[in-house]
Order: sequence, then C-alpha cells, then structure tokens
Amino acid sequence: MPEMTLVEAVNLALARAMEDDPDVVVLGEDVGINGGVFRATVGLQTRFGPERVLDTPLAELLISGLCVGMAAQGLKPVGEIQFMGFLYPCIDQLVNHASRIRNRTQGRLTCPMVLRTPHGAGIRAPEHHSESTEAMLAHIPGLRVVIPSSPERAYGLLLAAIRDPDPVVFLEPTRIYRAAKGEVEDDGEALPLDVAFVLRKGRDVTLISWGGMLKETMAAADALAADGIAAEVIDLATLKPYDEITVLGSVAKTGRCVIVHEATRTGGFGAEIAALIAERALTSLLAPVARVTGYDTIIPMARLEHHMMPSVDRIVTAARQACQFS
Amino acid sequence: MADGGLPVIARFEVRHRNYLAPDGSINRPLPAFASDTDLLTALYRAMMLLRNFDRKAVALQRTGRLGTYAVSLGQEAVSVGVASAMREEDVLLPSYRDNGALIWRGVKLEEILLFWGGDERGNHFSGPVRDFPFCVPVGSQAPHAAGVAYAFKLRKQPRVAVCMFGDGATSKGDVYEAMNFAGVHKLPVVFVATNNQWAISVPLRLQTGCETLAQKAIAAGFIGEQVDGSDVVAMRAAAEDAIAAARDGRGPRFIEAVTYRLGDHTTSDDALRYRSADEVQARWKEEPITRLRSYLVGQKMWSKAQEEQLAAECHERVEAAVERYLATEPRRPETMFDHLYAELPETYAAQRRELAGEGDA
Repeated sequence: MPEMTLVEAVNLALARAMEDDPDVVVLGEDVGINGGVFRATVGLQTRFGPERVLDTPLAELLISGLCVGMAAQGLKPVGEIQFMGFLYPCIDQLVNHASRIRNRTQGRLTCPMVLRTPHGAGIRAPEHHSESTEAMLAHIPGLRVVIPSSPERAYGLLLAAIRDPDPVVFLEPTRIYRAAKGEVEDDGEALPLDVAFVLRKGRDVTLISWGGMLKETMAAADALAADGIAAEVIDLATLKPYDEITVLGSVAKTGRCVIVHEATRTGGFGAEIAALIAERALTSLLAPVARVTGYDTIIPMARLEHHMMPSVDRIVTAARQACQFS
Repeated sequence: MADGGLPVIARFEVRHRNYLAPDGSINRPLPAFASDTDLLTALYRAMMLLRNFDRKAVALQRTGRLGTYAVSLGQEAVSVGVASAMREEDVLLPSYRDNGALIWRGVKLEEILLFWGGDERGNHFSGPVRDFPFCVPVGSQAPHAAGVAYAFKLRKQPRVAVCMFGDGATSKGDVYEAMNFAGVHKLPVVFVATNNQWAISVPLRLQTGCETLAQKAIAAGFIGEQVDGSDVVAMRAAAEDAIAAARDGRGPRFIEAVTYRLGDHTTSDDALRYRSADEVQARWKEEPITRLRSYLVGQKMWSKAQEEQLAAECHERVEAAVERYLATEPRRPETMFDHLYAELPETYAAQRRELAGEGDA
C-alpha cells in the first residue's frame, strides 16, 4: 500500500468518490486549477472537468447555500471552506437549512452534502486561520461532525461522509495535513461514521481526543507507558453523533478519564463528554474527569499559539494526577 | 467639464412593464395569452381564492386555531402571476408570503394551514416533490435556487428554478451572492423580488439607496425588469419571458414586482404603528383583484353570475380545507425525531424512546 499524507488521502477519497458517482460535485474557492490552498483538490478539475470541480466566487455563505440547493436536487456536493475561521458565514445555512431540511419537509427533501474545512491551530497561520469551534457545530441537531486523525481515517471517513444521506461537516486537522503519514489503500472502502476508534488499549486511564490533538495524546500515552501507566486512547472521530458506548465502556474499565481538545474549555465538546460520564458512569469513577484544553481566550497568533494548545506534558500531568487520586 | 471628458464605458437601463391601469383599462397591447379567457379567469379565480383563504386564516389565528400567519392582501398578482408561468418540473423556492404560488402549484389549502398551524407535515405537501418549503430566514433561499439551477445545468435538464423573496431580502448578501453566481454561470434561475414597500416597519427608502431594485441585477450581469406587481397580466408576461429565457440557456433574470402590502406584515404585526391609514386607503385603488375584474367585466369575459358562483366556490373550498385541517390529529410527540437523520443514531433513538414514555433512556 502506498504511504501518503492526510491531505493526499483526502484528495484520493475525493477522486474515488467522483469516479464512482457522477452526482458528486466539488466546489469552493480555488479548488480548480489551483487544487485548493492546501492542495486537497489537486488534479480533480483536470480529471473531472470544470463543471464538477467548480471554482466559486469568494463567498462562503454562497458555497454552503449552493450545496443545500444541489443536494436537494439529488447531487452530492462537497464544498470546501479554506479555513475554519471563514466558516462562520455558513452557519446560517448549516443551522437553518442543511441540518433541518429533511426534518422540516418530513423527508420530502434531503441534504446529502459535505462541507470540508481545515481545523485547528499550529501552522503559524495568520489570525482567523486557526479555529477549532467544533462544539458549535456539534450542537446542531441533524448535522454530522467528523474529524479524521490519520490518512487512513481521512480516506475512509470522507468516503463515508460523501455517501451519507445527511449533511456532514468534515473537519481536517490542518497541523497534521502533511505531518501525518500512513498507508492508504484506494479500495473504495468507507469507515463507519458515528463510531469511535480505540487507538490503543489500556486499563489505567482513558484518554479521549480527536483530530490533530491525537498526535500529542498518543505521545502522552507513550510517556505514561514508560511510567508503567497503561492508557487507553480513544479517537472520537465523529463528534455528532458521538459513540457514547465506547466512551462509557472504556471509563467503566479504567475508572479514569482525561479529555483532550485544543478548542477553548468553556462549552467545549469535552464538557459534553464529562457530563455524559457524570450521568452514566459516576460509580465507575476513581478520579474526577479531567480536561486538557485550549484556554478560554482568543487563539493567539503564531508567536503564542503553542502555549494555547495542549502539550504532551499537560496531558501526562493530568493523567498522572488522575491515577494518583485517592 | 467636471468629468474631464472621460469616456462613458457602459450604460444601463431598467424597463418597467405594465398593461392594466388601476381602473382596468389597457395601457398598451396585451400579450398573446391575454386573449385566452380561460387563462385570465383562472388567474382571477386563483387571486380570489387566495384572498378568501387569507381572510379565513386570519380569522383562525384570531380565534387561537392557527399560529402567526402572513397575508398576501394586495399582492396576490405576484405569486399567482409567477407560478402560472412555471412548468410542473420547474422548482419553486418561495418566501413565507408566497402562498398563492404554492396553491397554484397544487399544494392543498389544508397543508398550508398545517404549516402555519405549527405542523411540519404541511411541508410534506402535494405540490411538485422538489419544490422548497416556505423560507423564513429572509433571502437565505436564494443560494439554494442557484444550487438547484446549477444541478439543472449540470444534468442538461430544461428546467428553471424560480426564487421569490421580498424587498428586504435584497439588502442581504445571500441574495447578491446567489445572483452573482447565477450571472457567472448563466444559470436557469429567475429571481422575483416582491417589492411591497415595507419590510415590516422599514420603508423602501430606508432599505435601499437604489432608484429601483431591478437594477441590482445589473451588478450581477443580467437583466432586471421592473413590473407592475398589481397587474397580474404584467406579472405573468414578465415571468413567462424570464422563465423562457432561462430555459433556453440565456441565463438568469430578475423581476422587481412593485406592489403594496395592504395588510399587516403578519398577524403579530400592527402596521398602523408605522404607516398611516390614509396611505393604505389610497393604495386600495391600485389593488390587483378589482383591477383584473374591471378589465374582465369590460371585455364581457366575466359576469355577475360567475362572480357569485366563484364566491360560493371559494367559501366552500376554504371551509372544507379548514375542516380537514382542524380534524388532523396531532403527531405523537416522539415523531419530532422522525426525519432528523435518514437513520436515527442510537443515542437520539434513546431520547425518542424517553419522549414516547418507553423509559429506558
């Protein structure tokens, strides 16, 4: 199997989906001849033509709204927003239309669209380019929110997102677009949505994360192992709806849980998971649920951004404290 | 010269279309379809039905049997005229005040009542299956229309998307973004702005500095036409031309239908707070139904007997629809989860069971 980067896996999945299904349309700013600002769509316009790989005007609201209109006609549009900080004009379309058109028409119209966007900080980009506001999206009923953490899962989950009959926001961890490498077979096999992936088994503490932050989380698990602490690492992968069963099963086994995300803490998705554990697994707990997150501040520009993002040390410290509790 | 003799590189014009004067007399030769008595009387019947329906809907709301409702009073010619120029396979993307267009396209009166009565089943209507439901967030349906039209173009289908919104919507980026894109790709879409002079309490002069709304199409690269929106003949003719052009691959069009909202914005609004009774009274002289009736009667295309019969028909049809609406059993609470996703994820299925009193959640 060829080794490739995460962004190459995204490209491979898009090409495969377009090859398999003439209804798949890719659209966004600079996705055509330029191949997207991160090259996720490179080569697609040459292969599938400018009608199916469509350079739109510079208008993010339009991109999301076009997707709704196309999808309601039975196309499968995959829109690209260049950075998550530019996703906000799309929120009206996501909240008021994409996520609810099936429900409000009682199934008469549906919205099988995907909106892709880079996610997270750590690439020393200008301001507004480093957002991780996935919790805002995960709050929307009727939507799916998916974040891959490896090339293999980027390929399989994006294929699943495109084939899904409902709208999916697909968040691609910018920091590991090229840093993550792995073998991907272009077999057209999708991975399941709504399912968490257990990346590492362990009995002592459960570490839950998603997207780019799994890199630090896995490194923390290695460091903990050197101390004789066996951490179980869960890649949540789909945040809406998320795999409660895997989360609760793991916490029931380990009794300890550390949730890691780079998004700000208050109202972050970690709070949702902590609440679930409090409601449904309190008696399993041997220590308070801990969160290692970004701070409740605007994401700083390049010189300070790494201080905002959870480090391996912060994760290790939180996990050790959980293990030493009581 | 103040401009230093700089050359003019572009000039634009906006035309205004009108055939029937407020008194029902003719300003210019009518389009060919106007010689078809059946068609003209059908337009008249549809406008009358809409007005009767509106009156009943308001009565239902006032007596607590319907939720907030948006009347079409005074602007019936817009939605009826536009819808009458569409083919079934075209797609309508209406705003919340386009009842007349939905009814023309086959949506049942009781379905519209269900929607305004707070029941999503009203959007699972009997009209063309791909038509969009009423759009409440103003102008947000315009990008959908561009997407629908793009799908038609990609699939080489001779179909047209017709997007309706009010004057307030033309102030939103959504509408401009959609028109701009439609202009770039010469999409088969017709945008219809119902300029009824008031966006709730904000008059047109505070909505735009433009002389016409029609000229907004110029910036998007296509023709914008201003039409007398209280003249159903003009509305039908303008929509017919625009839809034909769009279907033939000549690109989008924009129609500004200049009319007047004689009623409140909705049943929750009191228009007397922001405009005078005198202003409204004066506008009653221009309203579309009397105008067409005067023409029809003058042409001996319509009689008093027909008028009486139509009144009885409208009454009967509306009352029967109200009966069916009021007799519709409410949905069971847990059905709010139905059609949330194609297949309900287990975590929400548990909430559904909780709501159903099946108590394992």
